[in-house]
Amino acid sequence: MTKTLEVERLSVTYATREGGLQALREVSLEVPAGQIVGIVGESGCGKSTLIGALLHLLPENATRTGGSIRLADEEIATASPRRLRDLRGQDMSVVFQDPMTSLNPVISIGRQMRDIQYRDRIGHAEKNDRAAAMLARVGMPDPKGKLSAYPHELSGGMRQRVAIAMAAMMMPKLLIADEPTTALDATLEIQIIELLKEIQKEIGCAILFISHHLGVIAELCDRVVVMYAGEVVEEGAVEEVFLRPAHPYTQKLIECDPGRLKRKVASLPSIPGSLPDLTNPPAGCIFRARCPYATDICIERPPRVTLTPPHWAACHHAQEVHG
Amino acid sequence: MTHFRYTLLGRLLADPMAVVAIVIISGLVLAAIFADVIAPHDFRAMNMADRFAPPSWHYWLGTDNLGRDTFSRLLQGGRIALYVAMTAVSISALIGLVLGMLAGFGPRWLDNTLLFFFDTLRAYPTIILALALAALLPRGLSTVIIVVVVTSFSEYGRVVRTQTLSLKNAEFILAERAMGASFGRIVFHHILPNVLGPFFILAAMNLPVVITIEAGMSFLGIGVPPGTPSWGATLKDGFDFIRTTPWIILSGGLPLILVTLGFTFLGEALRDQLDPKLRKGR
Amino acid sequence: MNTPILSLRDVTVEFPGVSGLRALFTPSGQRRVQAVAGVSLDVAAGETLAIVGESGSGKTTLARAINGLVPLAAGEVWFDGTPLHDRSDWREVRRRVAMMFQDPVGSLSPRKTVRDLLLEPFAIHGMPSNGREETALRLLQDAGLGADFLNRYPHELSGGQARRVGVARALALGPTLVLADEPTAGLDVSIQGEILNLLNGIKVSHGLTTVIITHNLNILRHIADRVAVMYLGRIVELGPVEDILTSPVHPYTQALMAANPEPDPTARRKRLALRGETPALNDRPSGCEFHSRCPMARPDCAVRAPELAPSRTGGIVSCHYPLPAISEVS
Repeated sequence: MTKTLEVERLSVTYATREGGLQALREVSLEVPAGQIVGIVGESGCGKSTLIGALLHLLPENATRTGGSIRLADEEIATASPRRLRDLRGQDMSVVFQDPMTSLNPVISIGRQMRDIQYRDRIGHAEKNDRAAAMLARVGMPDPKGKLSAYPHELSGGMRQRVAIAMAAMMMPKLLIADEPTTALDATLEIQIIELLKEIQKEIGCAILFISHHLGVIAELCDRVVVMYAGEVVEEGAVEEVFLRPAHPYTQKLIECDPGRLKRKVASLPSIPGSLPDLTNPPAGCIFRARCPYATDICIERPPRVTLTPPHWAACHHAQEVHG
Repeated sequence: MTHFRYTLLGRLLADPMAVVAIVIISGLVLAAIFADVIAPHDFRAMNMADRFAPPSWHYWLGTDNLGRDTFSRLLQGGRIALYVAMTAVSISALIGLVLGMLAGFGPRWLDNTLLFFFDTLRAYPTIILALALAALLPRGLSTVIIVVVVTSFSEYGRVVRTQTLSLKNAEFILAERAMGASFGRIVFHHILPNVLGPFFILAAMNLPVVITIEAGMSFLGIGVPPGTPSWGATLKDGFDFIRTTPWIILSGGLPLILVTLGFTFLGEALRDQLDPKLRKGR
Repeated sequence: MNTPILSLRDVTVEFPGVSGLRALFTPSGQRRVQAVAGVSLDVAAGETLAIVGESGSGKTTLARAINGLVPLAAGEVWFDGTPLHDRSDWREVRRRVAMMFQDPVGSLSPRKTVRDLLLEPFAIHGMPSNGREETALRLLQDAGLGADFLNRYPHELSGGQARRVGVARALALGPTLVLADEPTAGLDVSIQGEILNLLNGIKVSHGLTTVIITHNLNILRHIADRVAVMYLGRIVELGPVEDILTSPVHPYTQALMAANPEPDPTARRKRLALRGETPALNDRPSGCEFHSRCPMARPDCAVRAPELAPSRTGGIVSCHYPLPAISEVS
């Protein structure tokens, strides 16, 4: 199986007053061609840093301290700004949580959609037609008329459709969706999820979908990557990970989702404790302090335990948790 | 509890720009306070034999057309400048703070009225307004202060109003209202502490502006009465003899440059530290 | 049902739809929009009512209208036998009706310590806080935090910790009614449970009546007795929580519940997606206001507006063609 994206031992550190904050520590994951891979994790797990690193959009005080990022076998962690510009939009595109941040407020939708076709040597009218066709494809009513609209004239759901249309327009190999439904209402959220599924089938791209919503990941993704405190703790097919998690954090996280409980319970589950201080991360397993399975061995760095490939978990007790 | 290097002063001392600012400002303030002790000559003493003396060991910055020691006069001028600046900035800042909070927190019509008032005052060029007021009022330091207050309080008003407006609908203000907090409590306990940051930055940035207004007015002859050793007056004296004895005007400008640099550096450093968005790191 | 402790009758809240000079050129009927358009409901003592709906449904505005943070355009609010509409002195009400806001950290005054924040309710109401330190500590401990938090500032708290301080503050004066706006907003799944357990615990120990505003449907079963579903500022369905979740009567309720994906990859199903988006408040559809998105709308739905009427679940519903009891759509 070819891999559209392969991240290997990626580490990113932020310079802060209190010292180096190790936001990502040796993160490895892969996105096979044509699959939808979800990244799930709570605040502080490093999701946004990972996206920033993939797109070379990290803040000034962040440094990539190691690791590689390969997009279709091309190293992009060290790519030149010129090469990156070619890759963005063409081979890899993004849909952000708030489409207002990715759409230019003073330029019409039509012009923005023509502009991203700047590499193609076709006429204005043809670019316009392609833009309108793409808008129609994402379910925009009156697509031709909407070309002259400005982002603020559209509702949140419609703006997100425009953002998806623009991201899919150049048929990228990888579409990164960073919490694209978080700001939307539930009834719109499922519309957008359905749309992403259809778009994926049509252009055959891989999608990296970031969300903190377990239900959305379960609904949409083929594979899932679970992150905690800057590390990947578990990765695998979505059915495997959600039904038979092998890392205690994944297991607890799924247990905590009240949507899973079909009966009223006296006491809702939670994960006691809090995130470790990432300026001085503890040795060994990062989840040790909050883990019910923790034993003495957890002071050592956990091995990568493979279950049903590609399902693996970074835990000394993975087999026990997996059951 | 909180470590010293995380306090405002601690963080300022870690910033070289702030350290330069603090050194310059404390130097100027100390020189103004101890002017009488430091001054090598009486600033009023005229010595006709030593008119237009160039800088020397005896007269560090030379003498003027009446043979008065420029250095001693500049030290006295520092007193005047700081007095005018402190008084004028305090008064205009206080008026601006009160009006700005009223505009931001009060009803819509009051906001519109005050905003119109602020904009009208700001539309006048400072120096024209100063000339008009100087024509109406007797010549003296209090006129200078009035001119500064009239021309600058609206700026504080606008800054405070903008801050207050953005805080007015913040959830913590709603929470206080829901708890039954009175208008006064909300304004003084919850809004005021949050508008003070930008307010002090503005005040620090404004101090040198005020000092140059005073100097400018004195230079134009509508500021301090003749004979008062203000920096502007020194510049004016020097200007008349700029071709023959340039050191008078040069030394008259020196403290203005220092004071402007000092307070501007301080304002910038304060802004870096108080505005979380500009803070380096997290 | 016991005598209601809170009663709303035709509560209406309006906002200016256009402002400034433009208002001069707008017909008077369109100058204001109704964010809450005639809501009536009763909450019994000790009960927990959840109000759910999407953005623009008016649920947050309704909560703020109950305790007077936004003025009523029409209607009545009765709390424990006294009217809250046209009232000038709110002090007593503020003591007995506590409110919790969405943003756990943002609803705490940023330059106050936790100690100051906890003691403030007493200062506001001129009540002696005998042994200030002990009072603050007791409140904090009731909310599950230790003494080391007293000197912290809001920005030094995590979302969960700040939410606990908010709960402690709400309880300080021993309220009768708590209005909680999105109590789980901004909290990670792994700590949501803790906060909801805390809320459930104090509800019982303090005998509180609670109105919870939320868009988090997953938590309903665990916190609410009854649920009111709002759409465009009106209640479209109100009923016992289990019925709302498993056997909804209004098509909108059904669509809303179905739009909530479960964390179970085997539960994937083709669901009845709603068309389009919530209309703007100044552009309400004719007839039944949901007809423009309703998968079951019939021609007369666009003409006749339905009234709220008793539903088969013992609640109320406003729909001409309510869903039958077995409504599993495959």
